[in-house]
Amino acid sequence: MTSFTVNGRDVDLDIDPDTPLLWVLRDELRLTGTKFGCGVAQCGACTVMLDGMPRRSCVTPISMVEGSEVTTIEGMEGPEITAVQTAWEAIDVPQCGWCQSGQVMSATALLQQIPSPTDEDINNAMAGNVCRCATYVRIRQAIHDAAKTLEG
Amino acid sequence: MKHLSAIFTAALLCASPVFAQDSLSGPEAFADIADETERSAAIFEEMGKVLTHPRCLNCHPVTGGPTQGDDMRPHSPPVVRGDADFGAAGMNCSTCHSGQNVEFTSDQGSIPGHDPWMLAPVEMGWVDVPLADICTQIKDPERNGGRDLEAIHEHLAEDGLVGWAWDPGKGRTPAPGTQETLGQLTRAWIDTGAACPS
Repeated sequence: MTSFTVNGRDVDLDIDPDTPLLWVLRDELRLTGTKFGCGVAQCGACTVMLDGMPRRSCVTPISMVEGSEVTTIEGMEGPEITAVQTAWEAIDVPQCGWCQSGQVMSATALLQQIPSPTDEDINNAMAGNVCRCATYVRIRQAIHDAAKTLEG
Repeated sequence: MKHLSAIFTAALLCASPVFAQDSLSGPEAFADIADETERSAAIFEEMGKVLTHPRCLNCHPVTGGPTQGDDMRPHSPPVVRGDADFGAAGMNCSTCHSGQNVEFTSDQGSIPGHDPWMLAPVEMGWVDVPLADICTQIKDPERNGGRDLEAIHEHLAEDGLVGWAWDPGKGRTPAPGTQETLGQLTRAWIDTGAACPS
């Protein structure tokens, strides 16, 4: 039995301990906002918060989250996620959208740690989030826009 | 020709990945070297098979971020060292790496992990550094984290992250020999004066 919380809700699962957290979120808990992209921690589409820090759920065996707090895109709250989502919508960052929940999670984690990031900060934090539609220019702009709203 | 030979020899002694070294001799293999200082330096050269293996070099860079794989290719995704040798804000080492090696569900390899998992501080980097200079560096408290020789022995013989080099997970070649043998070599190197190769 593996026990942890997802978006504040207690979860107890009797499941193969090697099962990736991503599988559990999508297939067992039906939280499909977190996406499968590559399965090898190369694209960032599966990013969630594990005990408050970004984590690629595709390479996270469920045994590893025993006693931890998992937050998915569905359960994110706070000024940073609000600013990021508002900025994302304002300039229509997504194209196909598949990678975007991961992008939003990473951008939020960045702003939680660096409220006014430079381009270099953004490049370093977002380098692990791949977008096949190449929305990178808008992602960078939206992060800067979100940072400005957080200043105010 | 002699000049070219010297360059070739120097290149061989630099800390670049070498693959034809999957064995590691214990200190007894050097017992026939009568001169203690020469024996000590020879023992360190044997230790160098581990120190210059990709399992060690990938996280002992002299520049920014780590490399990866047996071919020491640039880390993918691109990562930076960060202020704490732990990556960037928003994407640090633990975003992907965890306390254990994790096999990919595709059965095509694994992502390495250990607790802790981080880069060696930049002053402890030795990629492309000649082995003689690594030896000097490894004994220098200013560049080895303030360790004395006994602490160096403990680090090489017992540290779990060093030990990971022999249990690196699917898709990576382990360091030669065993950590136990490296520990024995390190002990013998210290006991013979911790001499460096010339």
